[in-house]
Amino acid sequence: MSIEMTKAEVPGVPLLEVRDLHVEFHTRDGAAKAVNGVSYTVDAGETLAVLGESGSGKSVTAQTIMGILDTPPGKVTGGQVLFRGEDLLTMSEQERRRVRGDKIAMIFQDALSALNPVLSVGYQLGELFRVHRGMSRREARAKAVELMDRVRIPAAKERVNDYPHQFSGGMRQRIMIAMALALEPDVIIADEPTTALDVTVQAQVMDLLAELQRDFHMGLILITHDLGVVADVADKIAVMYAGRIVENAPVHELYKRPAHPYTRGLLDSIPRLDHKGKELYAIKGLPPSLTAIPSGCAFNPRCTQARDVCRSEIPPLLDVTEPDGTPIGGRTSACHFWKETIHG
Amino acid sequence: MPEPQEPQAAATAPNSPDAGPAAGAAVPSQGAPVAVAVAEAGPAPGRPRSLWSDAWHDLRRRPSFVIPALIILLLLVIAVFPGWFTSASPRAADLTNHYLQKPQLTHFFSPEWLGYNQQGQSVYARIIYGTRASIVIGLSVTVLVMIFGSLVGMLAGYFGGWVDTVLSRLTDIFLGIPFLLGTMVILVSFDTRSEWTVTLALAFLGWTTIARVMRGSVIAVKQADYVAAARSLGAGTWRILMRHILPNAVAPVIVVGMVALGGYITAEAVLSFLGIGLSDPAISWGADINRAQERIRNAPHILLYPSILLSITILSFLMLGDAVRDALDPKLR
Repeated sequence: MSIEMTKAEVPGVPLLEVRDLHVEFHTRDGAAKAVNGVSYTVDAGETLAVLGESGSGKSVTAQTIMGILDTPPGKVTGGQVLFRGEDLLTMSEQERRRVRGDKIAMIFQDALSALNPVLSVGYQLGELFRVHRGMSRREARAKAVELMDRVRIPAAKERVNDYPHQFSGGMRQRIMIAMALALEPDVIIADEPTTALDVTVQAQVMDLLAELQRDFHMGLILITHDLGVVADVADKIAVMYAGRIVENAPVHELYKRPAHPYTRGLLDSIPRLDHKGKELYAIKGLPPSLTAIPSGCAFNPRCTQARDVCRSEIPPLLDVTEPDGTPIGGRTSACHFWKETIHG
Repeated sequence: MPEPQEPQAAATAPNSPDAGPAAGAAVPSQGAPVAVAVAEAGPAPGRPRSLWSDAWHDLRRRPSFVIPALIILLLLVIAVFPGWFTSASPRAADLTNHYLQKPQLTHFFSPEWLGYNQQGQSVYARIIYGTRASIVIGLSVTVLVMIFGSLVGMLAGYFGGWVDTVLSRLTDIFLGIPFLLGTMVILVSFDTRSEWTVTLALAFLGWTTIARVMRGSVIAVKQADYVAAARSLGAGTWRILMRHILPNAVAPVIVVGMVALGGYITAEAVLSFLGIGLSDPAISWGADINRAQERIRNAPHILLYPSILLSITILSFLMLGDAVRDALDPKLR
């Protein structure tokens, strides 16, 4: 079944769904399990923030969705990536290429290295229209100017022939955003889009991204390790640790009362004004090596609440409820003792 | 290589008139892609600067680039229009012009200027007409080697795996054959050797260095984020190779190619000197040097002048290659 046929939104089928994804990397020390059964969904107009520290598998998941994982050494060992109900992982390379850029696009972390230094930005933007829409050079260039205007690059017409190194960091990231938006995809994956920018520019770029997402009614997967970035834009958050999702929650719920010790640790590590002069909290220990993930709950060696069951049994994602048992929509936690964590 | 450096063409714009000839000279030695690009550069002031236009900007104010470039330009003109530089025929032999006569060093550009050789031929006319063989062979070997070597290196580097293994081992095998000895063995098996025979023999064994450099360069470039970005936006393999990888990977190859060009000219001269380069009656510096050595004690000028020109030519190409390397390598800035 072709993508075109299912273009209309199918009720009940999420726009993009990652289902029990497993990805391994072949290394000299054996298989590094980068992603161990990740599942999440994004709908049109929705922003999912995937939160986690380096090596938690959030970027690898994104690369797998995009189909730009380096194989080898990477290998998808299980699971599905469903776009409008169709599994991208079983598609032919040719079909997949039509999805890339056109239906699902990606914004990279470092715009300077994600833009080709020897091609003008106008050429790189226009290339999309020429590859996917078969436009002429002239039409493509006009489209490029239009897009640069859209992401608020001043004097877009004059700057369309400039090279990436001639733009500031914030502008380059806007151009990356323009490239991702060019074909009006249904889903955008933004892999730490503001990490390489300074703080004032971060806010501008995030606002622009949020605004464009609203206007185009796209699904946005925002990959980040920055809790501050997430708070304003995201609808829901998935927290990842050692290749697993440890907690799912609507954004405000998560900040108010985390249901996993790791999430709570992350929130406690945010510098706060009323803690001025005191030592900043940090989660003890280091993230586990992916070739030797601890048995049971991967977080147990660093967890203040760890008990015997945490070292032997991997906790599944459990539904989180109010103390009286009424379910909280969209909340799950992979902690044996989520009740204690959330309700104290 | 279908002109992969499009932006360069647009960006090499600030062509000041004094830099014009230098550009012309640099063109043929850089191989196909650059030639196209620079030749197309039209006047368009205020255009943005790419890596290539930066390099150009840098180069044209460096004496170590401009001087060899001008010399090479002159050599090119000599190679194409030798008749403009001498009225004498390089083959006209008049034994009344004895080789023991001293060169008439004040008679500039006249047939007797640099004296006569054993057969009463003008040494000056011989070296003028001998330029063509050196330049043609040097350039065409470089072009062939760059095209073939780049192709092999690019495929090996980009696809990796068994493609890389096969191509790299093939490169290793060719690299194991001694360059001059190998070409000698090949050339000896031909009765008559034209410029093309020598070119193909040299190119046959010469492409390995370029292939290795290209492979390494491509491996470095293919890991760049912009390649992943291009792929994530739906670009196909061919487009990624030609538009995103090649233009970013080609700089070291151009440098190696330019430096190697001097080596190919040397190789031609050496082969001709050994009598297995161009066969008679072709005119070549190397062959003339060979014939001159038997009279070196009483008529050193027959040996001296072609040797000087050969040295200047090789030195010019080496210096040009060095200057271009400095300009293209940001780390050396």
